[in-house]
Amino acid sequence: MANLKTDQKKTKAQSMGMHTEVLKGKTQQKFFNPDEAENFYYWGTYDVDFNKRTELDVKDLDCKEANKKIEELMSEGFGTIVIKNPQGKHSLGVGILNKLNLIFEGSLGYFGVGSIDGPMVRVNGRVGWSCAENMMAGKVVIEKNAGSCFGAAIRGGDLVCKGSVGARTGIDQKGGSIIVGGDAGAFTGFMMQRGRIVILGDVGINLGDSMYDGTIYVGGKIGSFGSDAIEAPMTKNDIDWLNRKLKVAEIGDNFDVSKMTKVVAGKKLWNYDALEPTEKKGAI
Amino acid sequence: MCGIAGLIHRGKSSNVGEELQSMLQALKHRGPDSTGYALYAENDGQNFIMRFKVGENVGEGSTSVNEDASVYDGRKKLVDKNLSELGATIVKEEKLTPYSYRYEIKYDKDLMDFSKKIESVEMVEILSIGKSLELIKDLGDAKTVCERYNLDKVQGTHGIGHARMATESGVDIKSAHPFWGYPFADVSVVHNGQLTNYWNNRRALENKGMRFMSECDSELIAVFLAEKMRNGATLEEGMKESLTGLDGVFTYFVATKDSLGMAKDTMAAKPLVLYESDDLVAMGSEEIAIRSILPQEITTYDPFDGEVKVWQI
Repeated sequence: MANLKTDQKKTKAQSMGMHTEVLKGKTQQKFFNPDEAENFYYWGTYDVDFNKRTELDVKDLDCKEANKKIEELMSEGFGTIVIKNPQGKHSLGVGILNKLNLIFEGSLGYFGVGSIDGPMVRVNGRVGWSCAENMMAGKVVIEKNAGSCFGAAIRGGDLVCKGSVGARTGIDQKGGSIIVGGDAGAFTGFMMQRGRIVILGDVGINLGDSMYDGTIYVGGKIGSFGSDAIEAPMTKNDIDWLNRKLKVAEIGDNFDVSKMTKVVAGKKLWNYDALEPTEKKGAI
Repeated sequence: MCGIAGLIHRGKSSNVGEELQSMLQALKHRGPDSTGYALYAENDGQNFIMRFKVGENVGEGSTSVNEDASVYDGRKKLVDKNLSELGATIVKEEKLTPYSYRYEIKYDKDLMDFSKKIESVEMVEILSIGKSLELIKDLGDAKTVCERYNLDKVQGTHGIGHARMATESGVDIKSAHPFWGYPFADVSVVHNGQLTNYWNNRRALENKGMRFMSECDSELIAVFLAEKMRNGATLEEGMKESLTGLDGVFTYFVATKDSLGMAKDTMAAKPLVLYESDDLVAMGSEEIAIRSILPQEITTYDPFDGEVKVWQI
């Protein structure tokens, strides 16, 4: 262990090796400046033409090879790429930061189309766990069912599953919309922070457990409410938004959204700053 | 992590050995330490098939102690002597590896007394007893174990298997899955997850006369179900009771001579993908396991939290 007495300039934690450098000033984040728009370059993006279409058979490719190939096709200007024979492979179509029409003719395994920012994705099959995790923008439509952790930690965009989804859908969600045509499993909206989740069917136990913020709409039965999740009245704005969103999601024709249950955070569990010490104790 | 796979053909037999090998090999990345198969094969149903081991595989990665082959032979002779004392007749015997055997035996008395007597020989463990169950487990991936025991030609109606990543007990055959549902013929279990009330349950079940051969938490599921069935519960009733009786995270499969079941804990913390049609049910920890035998586009789904399902052949 470092000598804490003689190492005055470092914090105690740094002296114990918990930080390798002293952090100061700004981070390396780059911010968009409209005055420099012509010179602005978003790393990892390409100019693509949506009318330029190609097919890619990934039957004999592993996920790294397939993803590399998708990137190469984008760099050649292809704006519509159809993936044949995905056959449940993991991590296909991840990290795409482009506008792109990406169509999977089959099912994906775990972490499909994760960390994307912009593409329009259609999966003519099922997806495994953690589909579209960390999605920033774009639209993803799953024609069949999805596994657990659907849309984990998404920050934006529309994520649609026409079938049913597994447990912990929208866990840690920070924005965007998750729309499910069928049922959802336990812990839907677990620790969600922002954004909206729409489930037209039933949901399992502990709905919205420990949610900080955001809104969940449920069309069917609710297994049970999680800690700090409470029912709230539906407003005209909610109904208008739901009708608009279901149209975009291509599901729920003639579904009566006014009868859905709206669930929000009670804000007693996590928002400690607004509470007196005795109230905090009660909330815990 | 571990990977589990299972399938059942309804109304017909198929090459379940090869099919399960493909499914488990696709899950190799989830568990490279050992692989196990419980295959429900086409046997004549007249005699019991007993698979047992007299020592451990001490190959690469094993945590077992090396023993001389003559020690194995000595234990085998003691097993034969005990069988004779029990009134059992050996119809056919096969030495599969230096440490494991497959016997066909005639026996019509209590299986618990039988098992206790056989397993009274040091290091001897009955891997399975049944009239259709063939339970094989060893170190290595699915292909290696399949080749070692010639499983690729096994015809049968159903089977379950396990690719193990050792986390809470040693890399050895006794800790490998599937586990036999002692003392019930033709019952086997595979599990993916961790059980947190293992010792409490184990102590209680041992006090009721149930036996544990390993310190692997997954063995508890087999013993838990066996104890429920011993007291008159059906397989499905026992499985439903396990959702509250077992604490932790789990997805497990259980098979009997004519059925296959799955159960998922109430947190749905462990994965499972399921394909179901009129003549076939196939399931595994990941979709790629199912795709290894059904490459065409099919509809699959994840069972929900707290779900129990049982299918008949």
